[in-house]
Amino acid sequence: MEEQIAANKRNSFILVGIVSIVLVGLGYVFAQIYDPSLIFLFLVIAVVLSTLCTIASYWYSDKIVLSVTKTREPKPLENEHLSNVVEGLAIAAGIPAPRFVIIDDDVNLNAFATGRDPEHAVLAVTSALLKTMNREELEGVIAHEMSHINNYDIRFASMIAVLVGIIVIASQIFLRSLWFSGGNRDRKDGNIIFLVIGIVLAILAPIFTQLIQLAISRQREYLADSSGAYLTRNPIGLASALEKIKDNNVNTKVNGAVSHLYFTNPLLFKNANSLFATHPPIDERIKRLKEM
Amino acid sequence: MVEYILLGVLLLLVLVFVYYFNRLNVLSNTIDNSWAQIDVQLKKRADLVPNLVETVKGYAAHEKSVFEAVSDARARMMGAKTIEEKDQAGNMLFGTLKSLFAIAENYPELKANQNFLMLQEELSGIENKVAYARQHYNDSVLVLNNLVTTLPGSIFAGILGKKTRTYLETESKERAPLKVQF
Repeated sequence: MEEQIAANKRNSFILVGIVSIVLVGLGYVFAQIYDPSLIFLFLVIAVVLSTLCTIASYWYSDKIVLSVTKTREPKPLENEHLSNVVEGLAIAAGIPAPRFVIIDDDVNLNAFATGRDPEHAVLAVTSALLKTMNREELEGVIAHEMSHINNYDIRFASMIAVLVGIIVIASQIFLRSLWFSGGNRDRKDGNIIFLVIGIVLAILAPIFTQLIQLAISRQREYLADSSGAYLTRNPIGLASALEKIKDNNVNTKVNGAVSHLYFTNPLLFKNANSLFATHPPIDERIKRLKEM
Repeated sequence: MVEYILLGVLLLLVLVFVYYFNRLNVLSNTIDNSWAQIDVQLKKRADLVPNLVETVKGYAAHEKSVFEAVSDARARMMGAKTIEEKDQAGNMLFGTLKSLFAIAENYPELKANQNFLMLQEELSGIENKVAYARQHYNDSVLVLNNLVTTLPGSIFAGILGKKTRTYLETESKERAPLKVQF
């Protein structure tokens, strides 16, 4: 189990490295086309915009997410059962027990966790999940969500969002600057090749890095699976829960902006197994858990 | 020039020393804290016992030996002082409680009693938390032991007199009812 956890962490950092390299490469190519001082301006604008957007979403992640999802406080009976599970796992993880809320959905089995750190974390589960899962399976799901909190995945995802945001914004600024080609004076001479490269990169880089961002999201999901299994010392519980979910979930109305937080992909595209998925394919997750 | 390099090296050594000093203390504190967690759960279990015994006595007053065993185990639990003593007493209490629940298998009215069911549920929750608390304790001990037994941590541990800690032995986890002999 520990090797899986280590491998997942390593992979997510490698992916972050790739994004950083793209960022540096982009900066270099733009610098060949324009005056360095102009590049500096581009980058500053991009960094500021990207950082501001992300800080807000990160800091208030718990409030923001809860406001776009319909949740409610748990009823006493739900409270008993769920609080025992949550408290037990919080003890195992050595963190304060997070708040939990219920999503009124008697059809879809799903859960999510949010919050910038363990002290501000919130867990949410659907009423259907609570009814359908037995104790082992419920522990598996909650352990997965709690691992997201423990691994500071919200913070990690926010940092990636900043990097990717910088690339997207910088590319946009660059392309628009070419449109208004009044910047002729700032261009270095004879750099047509770099100009072409620059345009190609500015179009491709955002797409490429967003794909990487999705790949990172999938890695962190695997990490949450393995960390959660380590917490309960029982990977079968989670595997069994995933199997129930696989047989059950239908398409549902979930706000696209928060779909990546959910336990399984609530917006089931036809090609949920593709590069565009925020979650790894369920079958693969079950397979890895069973192999632990 | 040489003085600056030496100063830099010295500063580096100081920083490394501070890092390991802090890390060893943080890990030690984590272990103490996780013991406190176990202590809380063990106490909750001990507090639950009188209520449980009274409920069972209401239906099976003649099972004196089991009640005595439970009372003795609880008394030992209350009197235990060190971590090892408490842990052992806790294990013993857990064992006698298993016998208590085994009795209930023979008394259908007791099994159906609401109070009994509630206590059983509570105890089940507590046992789970005890298990997780012990797991966390052992996990924390592993991290400390790893630091103390590998280089360069072992050097600093030696200097600061920090040693490896012992793990807690597992309680038996089966809940299979034992046959009570008459």
